[in-house]
Amino acid sequence: MTVNAPGISAAARPRWWRRIWSGLAVLFASKTAVVGLAIVLFWVVAALCAPLLTPYSPTAQDYQAQNSGPSAAHILGTDDLGRDIWARLLYGARIVLIMLPVGEHFWLPLGTAIWGVLLGLIVGCTLGLVAGYLGGWIDEVVMRVLDALMAFPVILLYMIIIAAVGASATNVVLAIAIVGTPGIARLVRGLTLDIRTRDYIRAAEIRGESKLYIMFVEILPNARGPIIIDAMLRVGYAIFAMGTLGFLGLGLPPPSPDWGSMVAAGRRYILAGSPWAALWPSLAIASLVVGLNLLADGLREESMRYQ
Amino acid sequence: MIADHRPRVPILDVRDLAIVYATRQGDVPAVRGVSFDIRRGETLGIVGESGCGKSTVAFGIVNFLGANGKIVGGEILFQGQNLVGRSEDDLRKMRGDRIAMVYQDPMQALNPSMRLGDQMAEVLIVHRGMDRKAAEAKCIQMLERVYMPDPANVMKRYPHQISGGQQQRVVIAMALLNDPALLIMDEPTTALDVTVEAAVLDLIADLQRDFDTAIMYISHNLGVIARLADRVAVMYAGELVERAAVGDVFLRPYHPYTQGLMRCVPRLGQDKSSSYLYPIPGRVPSPQALPPGCVFEPRCAFARRACSQHRPALREVAAGHWTSCLFAEEIAEQGWQPPAPAGKEPLRAAPAVSAAADRPILRVEHAQTFYRVPSRRLFGGKQYVRAVDDVSIAVRRGETLGIVGESGCGKSTLVKTIIGLETPTAGTFEFMGVDIAQPVSKRSLDILQNLQMVFQNPDSTLNPSFSVGVQIGRALRRFKKLPGREVRAEVIRLLDMMKLGERYYDRLPRQLSGGEKQRVGIARAIAGRPEVVLCDEPVSALDVSVQAAVLNLLLEIQQQMGTTMLFIAHDLSVVRFFCDTIAVMYLGQIVEIGPAEAIYAPPYHPYTEALLSAVPIPDPRVEQARIRLSGTVPSALHPPAGCRFHTRCPRKLGAICETQTPPWQVAEAGQRIFCHIPVAELSKMASVITLKEAPHAG
Repeated sequence: MTVNAPGISAAARPRWWRRIWSGLAVLFASKTAVVGLAIVLFWVVAALCAPLLTPYSPTAQDYQAQNSGPSAAHILGTDDLGRDIWARLLYGARIVLIMLPVGEHFWLPLGTAIWGVLLGLIVGCTLGLVAGYLGGWIDEVVMRVLDALMAFPVILLYMIIIAAVGASATNVVLAIAIVGTPGIARLVRGLTLDIRTRDYIRAAEIRGESKLYIMFVEILPNARGPIIIDAMLRVGYAIFAMGTLGFLGLGLPPPSPDWGSMVAAGRRYILAGSPWAALWPSLAIASLVVGLNLLADGLREESMRYQ
Repeated sequence: MIADHRPRVPILDVRDLAIVYATRQGDVPAVRGVSFDIRRGETLGIVGESGCGKSTVAFGIVNFLGANGKIVGGEILFQGQNLVGRSEDDLRKMRGDRIAMVYQDPMQALNPSMRLGDQMAEVLIVHRGMDRKAAEAKCIQMLERVYMPDPANVMKRYPHQISGGQQQRVVIAMALLNDPALLIMDEPTTALDVTVEAAVLDLIADLQRDFDTAIMYISHNLGVIARLADRVAVMYAGELVERAAVGDVFLRPYHPYTQGLMRCVPRLGQDKSSSYLYPIPGRVPSPQALPPGCVFEPRCAFARRACSQHRPALREVAAGHWTSCLFAEEIAEQGWQPPAPAGKEPLRAAPAVSAAADRPILRVEHAQTFYRVPSRRLFGGKQYVRAVDDVSIAVRRGETLGIVGESGCGKSTLVKTIIGLETPTAGTFEFMGVDIAQPVSKRSLDILQNLQMVFQNPDSTLNPSFSVGVQIGRALRRFKKLPGREVRAEVIRLLDMMKLGERYYDRLPRQLSGGEKQRVGIARAIAGRPEVVLCDEPVSALDVSVQAAVLNLLLEIQQQMGTTMLFIAHDLSVVRFFCDTIAVMYLGQIVEIGPAEAIYAPPYHPYTEALLSAVPIPDPRVEQARIRLSGTVPSALHPPAGCRFHTRCPRKLGAICETQTPPWQVAEAGQRIFCHIPVAELSKMASVITLKEAPHAG
């Protein structure tokens, strides 16, 4: 442990810097996590710099080159309408990872998958903390309702929600959050049940702290490790779910570059001899999900070893 | 010196043993240059604080060092043959069944899914090729040898169906089945209650006499070592610093570390008004950063230039007395002077003397705290664990009340009820004239501020996510309503008072040692200047040298702020040292309460008598009456009628004890005893603890 040395240089640096540094040290100690991080970073950078990485617009159609294979002009080829697949993948990654379109001309930073998981985290952590810390009948009611939600097959639940509220990026966020909440709540409740037996919670209670303070200030920060790792896995699942919804035609409306609907559109031409339109978006989804899984697994392994 | 009729060839001869653990930062030396031997029929006690490498030595001998540990030097001669550097198969053959080991936690040695009889018989069937019948007969015989009641029945049970003390007996019986030449015991009684521990220690002493086995006994408890060992080896930071016969180590220690250890444990009978504990300054060096010279040099009051230059080797300073200190003779001759600075004279009791007329600051009458448990039957009625049942105490301002008792006696529940973490079932609770028979969430800020608590476990007392300064500051902000800017200064003042200093302000709990965490916990508790602090075993998880420092700190706080304290502990020497009044609890009730010195002298309650005879005392000259309790503590679900202690009482009168609740009797010295036996009768008891005159007691 490097933290034990009370050296001057360590003390001179601000605390947040030391924290970030020790977090990165854990990350870079695991090869798995580094590989995962590289894949994820590739997609983040690709999404951020999309206009620099391709001259094409994701919606521009080239009727001269429909369903063409990879070539110098279109490095990954084109789809059935002659749109450049590389451009569509890059702009599709934007929606997943770095921007959430809300309405016509307005968008929020952070992607659809990330917003969905964040919303799920907010609701799930609150419910988990309340159930775990307060216990009693509140715990029973909250957890039974969430159990009922968990009893639905995930795909079915997504379809029900999207069918009910309509297909749009914000509604996909909502669906991801609703589907993710029970799992997050269950995880946080389990962690809370353990943490609330610690003496520092007793110390807060005999100081007369409010229940909200104990839940969110005393308990939640100590549950952060497993929650962060779980959230990374969940972003992966959310991307997967977005792909599935898009494939089923419940994703973003047609002209927008949605990875799932790209697969759905391309699959008709696989046997006709041009598998590219289906292959590349499938690979994109798979690589991003695998990358997030590797990252989470590596972090979990490494942080376990620290204990 | 040890009688010399034993053969000269030692069973185990460890020479210059060195063990390292491989970590990400490279090899970390855990044990360096350790040499000792154990002869037939001899018990060698290995004593040292946590992390000093005593268990590593034991694991090195049986080759259980794990994947990252390895022996890098020295030899281990077992019956003349070197165990180091042999293959796993060779070792198995050589060691065979001749070395047995007993661990701290008996549940780790017993397979929870096998009947005890099957596990024990397996040892004989596999190692000795016995048939099942003969093996079982031998097992029953062995269980009888370890004084297990009803051994035939125990053979049919599973480990979880017998008590912790009985489990440890089974493990010891199992270890002895093969008649080992060497028995290694690694803190076998640390997890047990004092009365159970005493019985297991008696058993080990008896077995050693009868089987003539060589025993290597590892413990951090000086009292246990004093009672059991023939010779003692003292370890510090991976090295052996002193090795001698038990009397020499305890009465004439040469090494400054051993001397320091002896000074920081309270002897039973000492109290805070007549003596002072001298903690060893500093902390144990981490194995990655060992000092180049003597390992104890940075903490040693006698350190000189030569000490920091090269590592001293173990040398013989008197017949059979080995120590590694370069200046041992000089130090022993000149004697040790307590450090001079002010405040080191014995602490006078807080001004509770004139308080007799005062109303007690905390008064509890007929307190009951029951836990409801679900009945085992489907339509069974409500069942209650009567954790605290009819307890009355009164504490005056500035006084320290100690509560002692074995685990499960209700002492923690009583304190939790007073602080409001448990809701009382019945009884009056009055604090500063206000009724506090309510949960903590309903109490006023004023009550909360004046009633604070120090917890037992240093690892869970602080929130791992926040720095020391933030955690102490939070308590200040809650209670003091200081302007934000002054909080930091006040926190630093508190840290100084805890002898930690400003540099600890930004540290996170994981960067602190156990003793430091406990000090921060105390600082947090006293931040709001409470009238009463409840201490729930604040030092029991700490090493002795650290324990002394924390006790001194609590005494200083009491002296400076006149704080009233309730002090729970299971260590009777610590309670005697620290408290003015002591209450002895058994199964949810107080059986004896009174001034500290009165509790430790006759007349005793029969339970107090048994406790005192069981407590291990770090002085080999002390002789204790041998009063051992039979059976186990009854369940608090259905406590015995009449006197609750009657099922185990060695002085039971007869039917009256089983049917009638005993009366409170007041003895001359001021203590009250909850017993049917008349005080006059109890007064005739002999004192449990006597000092046997050693030829050259100093």
